[in-house]
Amino acid sequence: MLHELFIAPFVDYEFMRRALVGAIALSISGCPLGVFLILRRMSLAGDALSHAILPGAALGYLACGLSLPAMTFGGLLAGLAVAVASSAAARWTALREDASLAAFYLVSLALGVALVSLKGSNVDLLHVLFGSVLALDDATLIFLAAIASFTLSALALAYRALALDTFDPLFARRVSPLGEWIPFAFLALVVLNLVAGFHALGTLMAVGIIMLPAASARLWTRDLTGALPLAAAIGAASSYFGLVLSFRTGLAAGPVIILMAGGAYFLSLIFGKTGGVIRLRRPKRHLEG
Amino acid sequence: MSAGAIRLENVTLGYERRPAVHHISGVVEAGAGLAVCGPNGAGKSTLLKALAGLLTPLGGRIVYDGLALRDIAYLPQSAEIDHAFPIDVLDFVSMGAMRRIGLFGRVGAAERARIASALAAVGLEGFEDRAIGTLSGGQMQRVLFARLLVEDCPVILLDEPFGAIDARTIDDLVKIIARWREEGRTVIAVLHELDLARRAFPQALLLAREPIFWGATREALSEAHLAQASHMVEAYDREAEECRRDETPHAA
Repeated sequence: MLHELFIAPFVDYEFMRRALVGAIALSISGCPLGVFLILRRMSLAGDALSHAILPGAALGYLACGLSLPAMTFGGLLAGLAVAVASSAAARWTALREDASLAAFYLVSLALGVALVSLKGSNVDLLHVLFGSVLALDDATLIFLAAIASFTLSALALAYRALALDTFDPLFARRVSPLGEWIPFAFLALVVLNLVAGFHALGTLMAVGIIMLPAASARLWTRDLTGALPLAAAIGAASSYFGLVLSFRTGLAAGPVIILMAGGAYFLSLIFGKTGGVIRLRRPKRHLEG
Repeated sequence: MSAGAIRLENVTLGYERRPAVHHISGVVEAGAGLAVCGPNGAGKSTLLKALAGLLTPLGGRIVYDGLALRDIAYLPQSAEIDHAFPIDVLDFVSMGAMRRIGLFGRVGAAERARIASALAAVGLEGFEDRAIGTLSGGQMQRVLFARLLVEDCPVILLDEPFGAIDARTIDDLVKIIARWREEGRTVIAVLHELDLARRAFPQALLLAREPIFWGATREALSEAHLAQASHMVEAYDREAEECRRDETPHAA
């Protein structure tokens, strides 16, 4: 019974195995980035960037149809352009980063939808907006795994620099000439993961797997080094249970994965060990000293 | 001008054409202890920001003799740090070492020893594992001083280091400033506590958007000069015309 429910779908169907591997790869690289997005108070920036990817992907689609390299390249370009433009606008104009990001992504979202409507059918639009986690081919899977590996390596290398820049950006800029570039590099990583997520979960859902497990993890631990793997684990678990549930019920896989992550988030809101409602409302007895 | 000095040449500082500090000239010699005093809105923090290289002058220029901007440690008013960030005291103080090891380098045995002695110097041994969010205001200020100790810079800028801090902590931190002075470092501090300025800093700059007096602390903070500074007009004139004074950088 348990075997049939939780294991059989993945043993019997290759597309389920592929979906699981792809979603887990996304989780372990995207979720740690989400933790940093939250700490940098840029929770909504991920959302904005995911929309910003659309016009690039749409252009790639217009040029080459549903082609992985074309849509990836286009999405990457558009996402990076918006990230760089809004960071630059925030630094050199009177607008703050959130306002300039909002402005740039709204423009690019409108552009993206306009471009898709130029040629696309509704099916194509659905693919772009909600992805196709159950139809990952070899090339896409390798692409997801490569981005995950690259992201984790980059995080391992630049972990300290990123934490420093998140916490005390003024200091980061003073101690190292590289400090200036940390925010740009970080946003580039986020865009990379959003483009990866876009293939599996679509532009609208990709940011969900990045942010929801990260928000949950922050409610369970105050420790940054603990929050990163915890977020990845919550993301991977959500992917697994989401796929199981979607297989049973026939619901679209992408949204169900995000719903699972959402469920984990609501549980964390209530039971979270460091930030949950219960812990904050009913703290344990105070200590001696 | 000796090596390590900072020279202000007819410097005007401000935001959006509105000057906060008007036409100031002078030299901070290497190893000087300079207190910057004056009423709120006098431009003290603005001056410190400019010295740290974070603000480009509207007019004039700041000349660093044999100093790179990275040689200058700067302690902003503590409100600018995110106290909710999950980082403990040891990691925070270790950040000071990054000036030497870079963003990616290893914290070796020498740096560890330096960090431990900095924590000891500010009286925070045993606090290594505490998250900075759990510290009191005075403890946080001690942690910030420990980071400055680890940074080991020839020039140290302090913006109101003693705001809302008890007498014992102030005493301990003043000792650290005295130690820096003995080691020949330049210390420039924005201070509201005039007694402290007289006690710990031989020189003072009394600022009220324009320099009132720059020189020996006793003289700078005399009754007459303080009275003059208190007449500063804080509001700016909406109809202000362009300043016609000479803008060419020249030595004091």
